[in-house]
Amino acid sequence: MADDRAAGDAIQRNQRLLTRALLVCGAMFLFGFACVPLYRIACEHVFRNKIYNTADSAKGFSVDESRWVTVQFVGNVNSQLDWSFAPEQVTMRVHPGAVNDAWYDAANKAQTAIVGNAVPSIAPSQGSPYFNKIECFCFTEQVLKPGESRRMPVKFVVDPKLPKTIDTLTLSYTFYNNRPATKKLADHTQAAQPPNS
Amino acid sequence: MTTHATAHHDDHHDDKPHGFLHRWVYSTNHKDIGTLYLIFSFIMVCIGAAFSGVIRTELMKPGLQFVQPYFFNEMTTMHGLVMIFGAIMPSFVGLANWMIPMMIGAPDMALPRMNNWSFWILPFAFCLLLGTLFVPGGAPAGGWTMYPPLSIQGGDSVAMMVFAIHLMGISSIMGSINIIATILNMRAPGMDLLKMPVFVWSWLITAFLLIAVMPVLAGAVTMLLTDRYFGTSFFNAAGGGDPVMYQHIFWFFGHPEVYIMILPAFGIISEIVPTFSRKPLFGYQAMVYALASIAFLSFIVWGHHMFTVGMPLGGELYFMFATMLIAIPTGVKVFNWVSTMWGGSLTFEAPMLWAIAFIVLFTIGGFSGVMLALVPADFQYQDTYFVVAHFHYVLVTGALFAIIGAIYYWWPKWTGRMYNETWAKVHFWWSAVFVNVLFFPQHFLGLAGMPRRIPDYNVAFADWNFVSTIGAYGMYLTPFMFFFILWHSKKHGAPAAARAWEGAHGLEWTVPSPAPFHTFSTPPVIRDEDLAHGDVSH
Repeated sequence: MADDRAAGDAIQRNQRLLTRALLVCGAMFLFGFACVPLYRIACEHVFRNKIYNTADSAKGFSVDESRWVTVQFVGNVNSQLDWSFAPEQVTMRVHPGAVNDAWYDAANKAQTAIVGNAVPSIAPSQGSPYFNKIECFCFTEQVLKPGESRRMPVKFVVDPKLPKTIDTLTLSYTFYNNRPATKKLADHTQAAQPPNS
Repeated sequence: MTTHATAHHDDHHDDKPHGFLHRWVYSTNHKDIGTLYLIFSFIMVCIGAAFSGVIRTELMKPGLQFVQPYFFNEMTTMHGLVMIFGAIMPSFVGLANWMIPMMIGAPDMALPRMNNWSFWILPFAFCLLLGTLFVPGGAPAGGWTMYPPLSIQGGDSVAMMVFAIHLMGISSIMGSINIIATILNMRAPGMDLLKMPVFVWSWLITAFLLIAVMPVLAGAVTMLLTDRYFGTSFFNAAGGGDPVMYQHIFWFFGHPEVYIMILPAFGIISEIVPTFSRKPLFGYQAMVYALASIAFLSFIVWGHHMFTVGMPLGGELYFMFATMLIAIPTGVKVFNWVSTMWGGSLTFEAPMLWAIAFIVLFTIGGFSGVMLALVPADFQYQDTYFVVAHFHYVLVTGALFAIIGAIYYWWPKWTGRMYNETWAKVHFWWSAVFVNVLFFPQHFLGLAGMPRRIPDYNVAFADWNFVSTIGAYGMYLTPFMFFFILWHSKKHGAPAAARAWEGAHGLEWTVPSPAPFHTFSTPPVIRDEDLAHGDVSH
């Protein structure tokens, strides 16, 4: 009789423990998902490290009017892309910390619509971390219809922390044919046309 | 054979269920389920070793000889998943099933039917996982860590892998709850927590780690699944997510997982070393507290797996120092094992050989771990063969050697028969030599800069890769040796005494060998000399 009661107690205790352990498991499963907001809060507030680069990265720079930096502009087109592409200005003299606008012109010389992507590069490479592009046509795909031309902006700030030894920066773009996107565009255009037209 | 009549069980309980289905598939007996777990993990070791055979054969010489790079990547991924979730973890659960009730004087596990479930889910999980090898697009090839975006590319094997991991997680969680319930509720009267064998303690702590982190892994892989199939962007940068976040969540699981695979090994070594030193374990309580500290620290060091992702300097420093802190309780354990042996009358039967090899070789793995914990050094070592060498020293010569030692140690209790000591020693020395030929050169390769997970490499790495592959081929003979030694023992071994080893203490040695189907149906009366450790003064 006492044995039976002891056995019943044991079963009850085991089941209570089972329930509690399953609750812990459920809580830990939810914790896995809670990591998503927790991670963002940790990055943004604890480590002050924005997950996303946003356009307000120019904020906080004070303009250094005592210093001039020459920025040179270069535009190249990859041989597989039948476009013309060139900067409107060859050089600009800017103050570090100031927001500047430069312009490039591109035109599609081919008979078909083409999607292009521009890849930027900064020389000398030691200066590269200090050249901040706030707005750039290289951030997105550029689609040009046959014969279409476009004026494209680059908005940039030179970081005042640019080493004193650097007084000239060269911003160079190379435009490439984005073949997968171009092909997709061609397929899409064909599919959109009614068959009897 | 020994008779079945002892003070510790009732005869009428002893008839085993008849028929394969009733005995094994419907089993709720902790000993049979333990056997199933051990057989299952032996099969998985063989499969995982076959995968590594593909890897080492391809790497024997520079250039691409035998397999396509994508298939090579499938092999590295599957080798990791099968060995971790199929071989090491289930074999520890198998040992827990067999030994914990006998060590604490319980008649069976606390929740026997759940015990049946936790085993029988595993074959289905691994059918799913191994089935990915045969689906279009091939098996997962993004590494066992499953980092997105790579891991969620490829075919529908992503879904199969995720569901397999869900099943393995459910199995581990159920097994762990069962172990916790058994240890907390089913101990014989007089078996206080601080009188339990260290193996039982190590499993109690491991089980808590498992129920805390397996659900987190389940959450992480569920997010992979929804990113792939349901358009969410948890880890997709283009949709506002962050792939680095996956690494944080994964390693929050992954680092405790590393200790899940080594704490029970610590427990095993703490049982074997005192037996063959004929001395009580040195510093029993320190051993228990060291286990608990390692378990606690495992939750706060995950970032050391991802020093190179670009985390803040403060984060790197914190994770570096926290990681190095783990060397202290681990050092306490190593010193205590050595102190246990110090001045003991040592004999070197096979289980002791494996245990000593564990202490030496695991410590090498521990030291390379401290090297990897150093942030500036880790930037060089990250993703090289040095890391591969490190975790194979802790997982093969650590966890696996402890498991083999445990099987030799408790085999006489399970089967009632001794194994052939000469052949067991051949098995040991063969393994001890070839495992070092296999993994030690990988330190050199890693320090020289050879990256991991690649099918081809610079000819500068050719010589040590060749040596490493020779070591691997030597190791592939060891499962066969082990199998035949155990098979021969089962058929022709000399009968084992109840206390199979002269210096063995603990309740499991008070029951006959082989252990009857039901043990401790009535709780045993515990005498101090039966306890596994000598420190009963507290």
